[in-house]
Amino acid sequence: MAVYNKVETREAPSNSKGMVYWLRANLFSTPLNSAMTILGIAFLFWVIPPFIKWSIIDANFAGSTRADCTGDGACWVFVRAKMDMFMYGFYPEVERWRIHLTYALFFVVIASFKYLKQAMPKIIIAIIYFIIAFILIRGGFFGLETIDTNKWGGLMLTIVVSSVGIVCSFPLGIILAFGRASKLPIIKSVSVTYIEFIRGVPLITILFMSSVILPLFFPEGVTFDKLLRALIGITLFQAAYIAEVIRGGLQSIPSGQYEAADAVGLSYWQKMLLVILPQALKVAIPNLVGSFIALFQDTTLVLIIGLFDLLAMVQVTGSDSHWLGFETEGYVFVTLIFWVFCYSMSVYSKSLEKRFNTNLK
Amino acid sequence: MFALLRDRKVRGILFQLLTIIGLVAFLWYIGTNTVHNIEQRGIRTGFGFLTGTSGFAINDSPIAYNETYTYWRVFFVGLLNTIIISVIVIFLSSILGLIIGVLRLSNNWLIAKLSSAYIDIFRNIPILLQILFWYNVVLATLPSPRKSIELFGSIFINNRGFYVPKPDMNSTTIGVMVSVAFVFVFVFFLNRWANKRHEETGEDFPVLYTGLGLLVVVPIAAYFIFGANFNFSYPHLRGFNFTGGKTFYPEFLALTFALTIYTATFIAEAVRSGIEAVSKGQKEAAASIGLSSYQALKLVVLPQAIRIAIPPTINQYLNIVKNSSLATAIGYPELVTVFAGTTLNQVGQAIEIISMTMLVYLVVSLVVSALLNWINFKMKIKER
Repeated sequence: MAVYNKVETREAPSNSKGMVYWLRANLFSTPLNSAMTILGIAFLFWVIPPFIKWSIIDANFAGSTRADCTGDGACWVFVRAKMDMFMYGFYPEVERWRIHLTYALFFVVIASFKYLKQAMPKIIIAIIYFIIAFILIRGGFFGLETIDTNKWGGLMLTIVVSSVGIVCSFPLGIILAFGRASKLPIIKSVSVTYIEFIRGVPLITILFMSSVILPLFFPEGVTFDKLLRALIGITLFQAAYIAEVIRGGLQSIPSGQYEAADAVGLSYWQKMLLVILPQALKVAIPNLVGSFIALFQDTTLVLIIGLFDLLAMVQVTGSDSHWLGFETEGYVFVTLIFWVFCYSMSVYSKSLEKRFNTNLK
Repeated sequence: MFALLRDRKVRGILFQLLTIIGLVAFLWYIGTNTVHNIEQRGIRTGFGFLTGTSGFAINDSPIAYNETYTYWRVFFVGLLNTIIISVIVIFLSSILGLIIGVLRLSNNWLIAKLSSAYIDIFRNIPILLQILFWYNVVLATLPSPRKSIELFGSIFINNRGFYVPKPDMNSTTIGVMVSVAFVFVFVFFLNRWANKRHEETGEDFPVLYTGLGLLVVVPIAAYFIFGANFNFSYPHLRGFNFTGGKTFYPEFLALTFALTIYTATFIAEAVRSGIEAVSKGQKEAAASIGLSSYQALKLVVLPQAIRIAIPPTINQYLNIVKNSSLATAIGYPELVTVFAGTTLNQVGQAIEIISMTMLVYLVVSLVVSALLNWINFKMKIKER
């Protein structure tokens, strides 16, 4: 009887595992690849050490005046000294708790959404939140001092503009998307004209229009705040893009869903709001996040019509006669803030995309 | 009466009627208000202002222009600058985007990571911030004209711009330029003929090498035929600044760099998604019928990848045209800066000026989307 001894699994040959193998397969597989790897490493050496030297090793962090910046590197003292400007603009210091409270309430609202299943209470809570946020930040009620919008600025203004833009453009975008998908010819052509017109022109011309022409549209005596005019422009602009994203979602809904809704006798609005829209929105969410990122970046354009958003604050703080010559630090700091916001949102949208993809399978 | 309201068709017509009435009422309301406001404020109306003298200078104009020209001329200077910057950025960002998109899929780990880092960094920074950064930080910190960075003794880089030699427009220069254009046209038709012959007889013709050879030989021949007289005007320091040669102003450079780097990230993503969308089976099938890897790329992968990559890329081209309007933040004299900016400030006829500006962008968008539809139609998979 043959005896079969168990053969222990042998280790893989050394040329198919380990770091050397990985390096050979991924970095030096062909002469061209080797050359590109060396070029890439050279590039990193050219870019990263000088930047680290400038931003960390040679930089000054401590202190509060210009005299504290003695190194050759970045003067982060400038950013620290001007931090309040970057965050709140000219918002009075004693009233800033109102902004903090608004931020904190936002997280409370988001947390409450976790426990609410129905859409209606969520919408009501969101509306109440926006009313409270407006009262808190603007003031003028309940003994809160009124803070004029020309004092708003910095990151806080950027957040206000982008969140008001997205929230107000959302319902308008849904209506436009419904209009575009509608079978009624006039409704459809009005929606298509609006969407294509807005998407065909740059945001800056819309902002010019809302800041210069809009006041002409209304009777004398009706005046619009500069911020409000920018918000109107951004909302009208963003609605067209939201409409296109939602249209993409609507198109992915099979016609059986429409027919089934008709068959159980739902009216048009019941059909669209209860059956079609929830499914379409789910499909469209990754792209909606994408268009929110675009909006967040586009809010920087309000500086051209004279609002002081986060980017404008670089120019404002840089022209302070006590702190001349530190614009670079300001730009780097603001870039970092924008990048962190946009990058985390894009990572979030990618994860959503993955999640919904698996659902469809 | 109420029974009629339950009819879907009747309700549809009624709803549309209400929409029209609402829309007309709204337009009538803002129309009358506008007319009233314009009269009240004494703003002139109509397009008569276009023939008025502008009275302001533009430092970077592709056509003859000074303060004594009309606002019409200002409009065209702005329009031309918009077109110039758009065409240049479209060209540069396509090349950069293509390279980054291909490198992103490289099997070299480091290069792939570097490319995706490039994309993740630059697409998440607002474009206006990038433009201002280039303009206020990078280009503004270059040395002054007297301490210019000098390349080959003829190119000068300083904080007033880039100065390069400019060929004089004599018969040699024009002859060589025409000959290059001629080679491109010739190669285009040669390629058509070679493809046709390949399909009929199976014989190959080395179009690429012929083309490259012609591109070297013909311009050199043209150079000698047209008098062998290349004359450059070189930039040189006079007083505090450079004169002569061609100047690229910082406004132009900042806009070009920022828009190219920003848009290339989106084009790279389009290229990547196009290449990734071609299924592995296609490449395997191409290999199994004996195509070389170059043939597989040219005949199987690229035609399918391009079909997917082109629509988003053309959308990005449209975005370039629209984003070029951000030049107004740094003062590059394109349409929005000189027309919707300076002219509007001087004349004050907001409605006419903003409508004209918007119309230009609208026409560009409509033309581009018509082009896109045509390309999609041409590229559609021909099912038999």
